[in-house]
Amino acid sequence: MRVMHHRAVGLGYIAISVVAVLLGTVLSLLMRLHLSWPAWKLPLHGLILPEEYLALVTMHGTIMLFFVLTVAPQSGFGNLILPAQIGSRKMAFPRLNAASMYLTAVALAVLVAAFFVPQGAPISGWTAYPPLSASPLAGPGQGDGMDVWLAAIVMFAVASTASGINTLTTIVKLRAEGMTWERLPLTVWGWFTAALLSVLAFSVLMAAIVMLLCDRHLHTGFFLPAQDLINGVMLGHTGDSSPLLWLHLFWFFGHPEVYIAILPGMGLTSMVLANFARRKVFAYRLMIATTLLIGFLGILVWGHHMFVAGLNPFAGSAFAISTMAIALPASAKVLSWLATVWRSRPQLTTPMLFALGFVSLFVAGGLTGPILAQPILDEYLHNTFFVVAHFHLIMAMAGIFGLCCATYYWFPLIFRRQLSEPLGKVHFGLTIFGAYSTFLPMHLTGLAGEPRQYAQLNGIAGPGTALLQTTTPLQLHITFSALFLACAQLPFLYNVLRTALLPPTAVENPWNATTMEWAPNALEETSPEPLMAYRGPCQYSDDAATFIAQWQPDEASTPHLE
Amino acid sequence: MLNAQAIVSGQQFWHLPRNASLHGRSLDQHLLLNLWIALALLTLAHFILLVGLAVRRRAHRPIHKLTLEYLPLAALTVLFAFLAIRAQRLWAAQRYTGADLAAMQVEVTGMQFAWYFRYPGKDATFGQTKLALADAPAGNPLGIDPKDSYGTDDIVSSQLVLPANREVDLTLRAQDVIHGFAVPEMRLKQNAVPGQTAHIHFTPTTPGTYAILCTQLCGLGHYRMQATMLVLPPEKFAAWLATREAQAGAR
Amino acid sequence: MAPTITPPEIDRRRPPGDIRENDNGSGRRPPTDKRTGGNGEGDNWNDRPQGRRGPRERLSQVRVGVFFGLFAVLMFFIAIVSAFFVTKSNGHFDAYSRYINDWLPTAIPSILWLNTAVLIVSSASAELARRSMFQEQDVMDEWLGLGRPTSRRATLWLSITLALGIVFLSGQVVAWKQLAAQQRYRGNPSSHFFYLITYAHAAHLLIGVGALVAALVGLHRSRRMLTRQILVDATVWYWHAMGVLWLLLFALLEFGQ
Ligand code: HEA
Ligand code: HEA
Ligand code: CUA
Ligand SMILES: [Cu+2]
Repeated sequence: MRVMHHRAVGLGYIAISVVAVLLGTVLSLLMRLHLSWPAWKLPLHGLILPEEYLALVTMHGTIMLFFVLTVAPQSGFGNLILPAQIGSRKMAFPRLNAASMYLTAVALAVLVAAFFVPQGAPISGWTAYPPLSASPLAGPGQGDGMDVWLAAIVMFAVASTASGINTLTTIVKLRAEGMTWERLPLTVWGWFTAALLSVLAFSVLMAAIVMLLCDRHLHTGFFLPAQDLINGVMLGHTGDSSPLLWLHLFWFFGHPEVYIAILPGMGLTSMVLANFARRKVFAYRLMIATTLLIGFLGILVWGHHMFVAGLNPFAGSAFAISTMAIALPASAKVLSWLATVWRSRPQLTTPMLFALGFVSLFVAGGLTGPILAQPILDEYLHNTFFVVAHFHLIMAMAGIFGLCCATYYWFPLIFRRQLSEPLGKVHFGLTIFGAYSTFLPMHLTGLAGEPRQYAQLNGIAGPGTALLQTTTPLQLHITFSALFLACAQLPFLYNVLRTALLPPTAVENPWNATTMEWAPNALEETSPEPLMAYRGPCQYSDDAATFIAQWQPDEASTPHLE
Repeated sequence: MLNAQAIVSGQQFWHLPRNASLHGRSLDQHLLLNLWIALALLTLAHFILLVGLAVRRRAHRPIHKLTLEYLPLAALTVLFAFLAIRAQRLWAAQRYTGADLAAMQVEVTGMQFAWYFRYPGKDATFGQTKLALADAPAGNPLGIDPKDSYGTDDIVSSQLVLPANREVDLTLRAQDVIHGFAVPEMRLKQNAVPGQTAHIHFTPTTPGTYAILCTQLCGLGHYRMQATMLVLPPEKFAAWLATREAQAGAR
Repeated sequence: MAPTITPPEIDRRRPPGDIRENDNGSGRRPPTDKRTGGNGEGDNWNDRPQGRRGPRERLSQVRVGVFFGLFAVLMFFIAIVSAFFVTKSNGHFDAYSRYINDWLPTAIPSILWLNTAVLIVSSASAELARRSMFQEQDVMDEWLGLGRPTSRRATLWLSITLALGIVFLSGQVVAWKQLAAQQRYRGNPSSHFFYLITYAHAAHLLIGVGALVAALVGLHRSRRMLTRQILVDATVWYWHAMGVLWLLLFALLEFGQ
């Protein structure tokens, strides 16, 4: 049996996420169009009904968060780059690796199938709070659609756990000679921590889903109160529990999940900034420590999604403190990024621009985190567009910038062709402008009181309309900006397609990078020469003129003992 | 309705709706403080980033870790701790203790997709409800048990009518799925979870009409699960209550 | 100006001719480094090129993988057990404002004690199988192709484990039937948890049974000694973990209700 090479698996994952990102973007644009023009008829479909809007929200969130931002950075680029970066030529368990990739693809197909079952896709958001998610009575899409959705998430969780085990074993066991833990590039630390979180968190999600499925089909009441009357029908279950139990289990998974999405991007940003600033990453060991610390604290903060959900107010205070604490390692990272580029006269190549954009978006989105982490303020801001703004800046946009950075940076490595720099810069300029233009105003509409997951923001009789009408112009602006933002990806698409059709050029290490994946023989599948790491990454001379890569033995220079 | 103080503090700039509750003032102040600090840090970080990129002379390493990493980090720690403690005080004041004993009692029940408000009536005691008896078309959406004498004088309204300047103790319930009870102008939000009750107390200060929104996704009608909160001057409220009580007595 | 470089660990390691550290002058030990890795200072097999990290390189990789997998399984059960405790302490107010907690501790069918004993014995036989795969003398023989002494012995022990595993699972089925016959616990949250926990554990054990079968087939079919060792070793570690997990879960069900 021929085993699939890890780079083929990685490309498979990237293909999955490209399909997913296209789909997720289309869904988000439909949402925006409906919000601004509720009477707009989708060609071939007609009006977007309220339940259809909620199905769009649910599927957009699920697809983007799971199948784009978990798949592409962690599994996609993880498989493409990670082995080479630690000086290995394979992943620890190649068969398991390929199986995870195929299972992920199947999961995406199953998820999309939810649109086509009777009554359509589920409408309970990506968080699927019961009892809404526990009974088909609760609304259209909560029957078959919900079951399909749950099945897809279970498959995805199994695949992600397996892929996490694979990543962890690879990093622990397959590092090349000389590749000590401290010499690992920060990207590897990002992948490592994210994989740890995957193994930890996805199991909990699976346990919760198993229990939810029991509630749905076996009349148990793991997440249901003693009596529940939905739509005039008393649920025929036995048991006496609380929907809050689901919230705890879900967010115990959910918060680490969002860090899984961003940690690889953080690591990449550190390395790319250092590479183009021709400097060592500022406070390298501290960056390793903060990566792990963010992962660890990320396990302890889940209650910040539940401040007003019925959590004990004392517990709210405790979660507020652990959440505020996470701002510190995050700030340490921001400071290191700033210090690394400070007066370094960096080369502003496209990957560098996207890394800088990542820093900018991470700060912009991150600073609203501590605001939401204060229960008294979350009491006002919870489930408003302020939260939507927070997570689109820090997760969606920063995450996508990480992906773009990775694509521009590693394209020459994988395809032996370089993407056009001018086009890349245009892409960067339009995207960062579009990102801020779309998601900054959302803070204001949220502060004005606008709730999320509303199929229609005004036009309902009562004082609500008077309150929410004030934001109509901003909403219109957001919609136009979102269209602009999506169109801003066209130069990127064109760039990739055009370059892929060009003949390969022999660009070896075009960025003068120092990490192992750029070693001349790193990507060869079999080579008699083992890879060896002679030093940590980012070794540049003070004047930025020369550098020594991790794979270069150093007869030339006089070694100093540290 | 441009309020001078609101402009100075940035309420207009940040699009905050007016505030009509007692605790909302300090909440707003704290929120605005947070927002300005976040904006300042955002600007500062971008300033440092851009200046660092713009300066043409390359700085020499080593730069000191202490000054660049640990001192700013310490400053940020102090800043975040300050904000957290300030927020914690407000949170404790609002949530750690229950409502005043003299507070007005109203029960709020959410169901797909409506809010009902129940006043205990003359006897100041809520009657028992049984979920199995709930039947909105028959005029008993909450399932008030007709056998319970406390329940006969209960007033059920689809509008939350409150007197100004008196503390209110809301008991939140839900019949089917989780709903979110939110009144932006009262700076109030708390979920109503089926199977349990939640209490929240506040004091409306300004008479007027306010929007009650559902802020927890609860199904296809989530967006239209809105109700009205009517805050009346005390005399007018007394008159309203008297008519409703008379109606309930006549039943 | 030349960049400052930390010399790599490879170079900091003793050059081969340097015998200072090893030679204690007694003349009894040869002046070569025979330490076999582990965490000996300055010599760690992980610092050697891949594929040259000792005869059990692949085995230790698989062990690490199994370890992380078991961590995931553990988290799955931790989630369910925390839900168990939360639900146990959960109550609600009824229509008369009385606090109701209708958790009715499920009386555990006593056959579970027997099942537990069976599982412990099965773990012991599994361990015998695992040990027999690593008996040096026989391994050497087998490796050289002089018969298959270790595999034969391991096959025997693994078959016993497999049989005991099936006995355990059948015992669980009996327990479920017994419990289902007791109307009293119908639909009580505690029995829901009983079923959930025992079914989830049985499902995981069934994976172990599959692994046992795979290991038995592998012992027959596989040509490489290392592959056979890996199959048995990984299966047995998984089996042990499921045994220990069962002890914890059983203690919870028996005493924690
Ligand atoms: C990764 C996550 C992600 C991403 C990228 C996005 C992208 C976008 N989102 Fe999404 N969104 C969520 C995650 C994300 N969202 C989640 C979790 C929710 C909550 C769901 C819920 O409530 O349950 C949500 C909800 C949500 C809402 C709230 C709906 C409501 O509550 O009523 C809105 C409304 O405007 C919205 C809009 C948009 C828009 C306009 C974009 C645009 O930015 C889209 C434009 C697309 C791009 C800019 C991507 C281009 C990508 C590339 C070029 C990279 C390709 C490279 C590789 C794959 C290698 N989103
Ligand atoms: C990648 C994803 C990601 C990341 C990294 C974060 C990071 C953080 N998040 Fe966010 N969050 C989400 C994704 C993410 N979040 C999502 C998806 C939701 C909504 C889920 C849903 O309901 O659907 C959410 C919701 C959410 C809530 C709940 C809101 C609500 O529902 O009411 C809260 C509350 O505490 C919160 C807090 C935080 C905090 C404190 C951080 C911190 O980690 C942030 C740390 C960063 C900083 C603090 C910035 C550091 C920079 C500086 C300090 C500048 C330094 C300045 C100079 C040098 C001058 N988040
Ligand atoms: Cu009720 Cu949303
Ligand atoms: Cu969170």
